[in-house]
Amino acid sequence: MLKIKNLQASVDKKSILKGLNLTIKPGELHAIMGPNGSGKSTLANVLSGKNGYKISGEIIFEGENLNDIPIEKRAQKGIFLAFQYPLEIPGVNTNIFLKTSLNSIRKSKGKKEVDTLAFLKLVKEKSSELGIDEKILSRQLNVGFSGGEKKKNEILQMKILDPVFSILDETDSGLDIDALKIIAKGVNSSRDSKKSFLVITHYQRLLDYIKPDFVHVLSDGKIIKTGCGELAEELEKTGYSKLN
Amino acid sequence: MKSTEIEKAKEYKYGFTTDIESIKAPKGLSKEVIQFISKIKKEPKWMLDWRLKAFDRLKKMKEPNWQKPKYPKINYQELYYYSAPKSAQDKPKSLDEVDPKLLETYAKLGIPLKEQEKLSGVAVDAVFDSVSVATTFKDKLTEKGIIFCPISEAIKKHPDLVKKYLGSVIPITDHYFATLNSAVFTDGSFVYIPEGVRCPMELSTYFRINASETGQFERTLIIADKGSYVSYLEGCTAPMRDENQLHAANVELIALDDAEIKYSTVQNWYPGDENGKGGIYNFVTKRGACRGKNSKISWTQVETGSAITWKYPSCILQGDNSVGEFYSIAITNNHQKADTGTKMIHLGKNTKSKIISKGISAGKADNTYRGLVDINKKALNSRNYTQCDSLLMGNKCGAHTVPYIKNKNSSSVVEHEATTSKINEEQLYYCNQRGLNQEEAVSLIVNGFCKEVLQQLPMEFAVEAQKLVGISLEGSVG
Ligand SMILES: Nc1ncnc2c1ncn2[C@@H]1O[C@H](COP(=O)(O)OP(=O)(O)OP(=O)(O)O)[C@@H](O)[C@H]1O
Ligand SMILES: [Mg+2]
Repeated sequence: MLKIKNLQASVDKKSILKGLNLTIKPGELHAIMGPNGSGKSTLANVLSGKNGYKISGEIIFEGENLNDIPIEKRAQKGIFLAFQYPLEIPGVNTNIFLKTSLNSIRKSKGKKEVDTLAFLKLVKEKSSELGIDEKILSRQLNVGFSGGEKKKNEILQMKILDPVFSILDETDSGLDIDALKIIAKGVNSSRDSKKSFLVITHYQRLLDYIKPDFVHVLSDGKIIKTGCGELAEELEKTGYSKLN
Repeated sequence: MKSTEIEKAKEYKYGFTTDIESIKAPKGLSKEVIQFISKIKKEPKWMLDWRLKAFDRLKKMKEPNWQKPKYPKINYQELYYYSAPKSAQDKPKSLDEVDPKLLETYAKLGIPLKEQEKLSGVAVDAVFDSVSVATTFKDKLTEKGIIFCPISEAIKKHPDLVKKYLGSVIPITDHYFATLNSAVFTDGSFVYIPEGVRCPMELSTYFRINASETGQFERTLIIADKGSYVSYLEGCTAPMRDENQLHAANVELIALDDAEIKYSTVQNWYPGDENGKGGIYNFVTKRGACRGKNSKISWTQVETGSAITWKYPSCILQGDNSVGEFYSIAITNNHQKADTGTKMIHLGKNTKSKIISKGISAGKADNTYRGLVDINKKALNSRNYTQCDSLLMGNKCGAHTVPYIKNKNSSSVVEHEATTSKINEEQLYYCNQRGLNQEEAVSLIVNGFCKEVLQQLPMEFAVEAQKLVGISLEGSVG
């Protein structure tokens, strides 16, 4: 699915990712933990193709080098990023945004566009499956959403767009226990042998609900340790400082 | 088509020319030309006298020069002031008699007059260069006593109404272009809604400039009698030409007691090419008088075309409790320029006005909002709320906000808010990450930015306007 080789990324000569290697196979769920400022969001952004980074190394996604592929093409290939801080776009209806998004992705695959009726049916189905109030979708995109609503909206978008590779950047931060369960349900109900996930989190409690195949520790732009679920529990007790 | 033509056609899809035999007035501006226009339109003498009075006045006037967008001197003797398809000389009585070439032109512009008469709920007056070539739904409107016809017809059939109201909001002495229009105006729409009648459908006029070296001098007059309501929409397109063409319109609205007029414009004149060659000079005077108590006039404009747009649709709030509104989107790309806004003149007590302006500038374009709020001494307890937002794309374009506020009594309140921002890169990124390409993302974000104005448009036109917003900004980012 994804092979990252010696990835380095810098902004304005500040080096953030410093030679990162990671391989994710189809069906796997990888968790990334690590101290604030270690480069987790940067990794997510770089994978999505965000502009403004100086990059070296390779990102191979489904056998293809992504280096020169723009953001929207990556999204159309099935890379989805649930943002740590989802952006507000005033005046843009969330449903219309999502329908435009779904249809852009479908068009790129040569599929027929969905009409409004079919789209609303899909939204109803996915939101009730997750237990999310679909009313938020008739509001302006993320405008005035609570922190939790924004995160739930990201997961609902993931469910509707149905990507093969999803990156969740601290989607669990700031959530109450019910919202956390919704997020977990969103991920678990999507998991199958073809889809992969990269879940960035600070808290072991998310991993009680979402069972990772691997847990990595990112520190100062590199993966310094990789383990299975127990690593997260260990970190919760001891913190990151012991690892350095 | 050659590939450059295909490219061009993608940018401005209304840029074609209709090859049709036309009758023109002799070139240039003179007493004889005005007599020619009046004669060919079979106008009564009072109308000719009115025109000549304006022409006399014009000779003593100077073109204004205070606006931000400057333009090369217009040679008024090099223009044609009248051009009309030969086939439209004797105005056809029904659509079946309209020249098929003209019907085809309107169908190509997305206004299939014949089908439309059967299907949609919109009555259309189609103005081609200097004449109205067709008006639909006339019978249905006549049943309710509504008059919707070309102004040249109204001059002959309803002289009392025309005499009473024409020039009553924009005096023939008003300013250079208004006076020029009064002397040489050719066609436009006339609307009269009788007392207590709610017009059952949208009325619209579609203006098309076709002939080259021709100025279009539109004249529109809308009267809403006591307690009546009408919603009116105009659309505009022109072929792509290297020359600049002048469209100088006068539009007058009159709302009597408890009447309401909603006037919407989707202006998509040819904007010129990406190097700023060609395009329409859209120099328009639009003014509404809320003459009666509790009356309301609401202007909504979506200005995406023209090389230069220069207009201030205004409201004179004479009647007590009357309301004036101005909702505007002005988009300028490449080398386009706009200097637009409104004037809200509060004369009556408890009058209210609201101004929402959204200016979007891209490429090397320049966009100015200029607005006057003038609250008279006697306009006690009046209110104005103004909000002007500007959005910039790239760093070669400009946006300016020039508000003039005169509040002459202490019981009235004026509020003004203004913002200027660049298109948000993070918002674009968010959209791109969801699979939208740059153009789709820009269109979505800008449409969101303009939402308060777009939602004022009648349903039938809102969708078209949204698309137009996206198309006008193609190639502006990235
Ligand atoms: N555009 C930028 N310009 C300058 N520095 C940046 C930029 N983006 C990120 N950084 C810096 O790079 C480092 C890594 O940031 P990043 O957001 O990836 O951290 P993170 O691991 O996601 O942290 P957190 O756990 O707090 O979310 C930080 O020191 C941050 O300040
Ligand atoms: Mg982060």
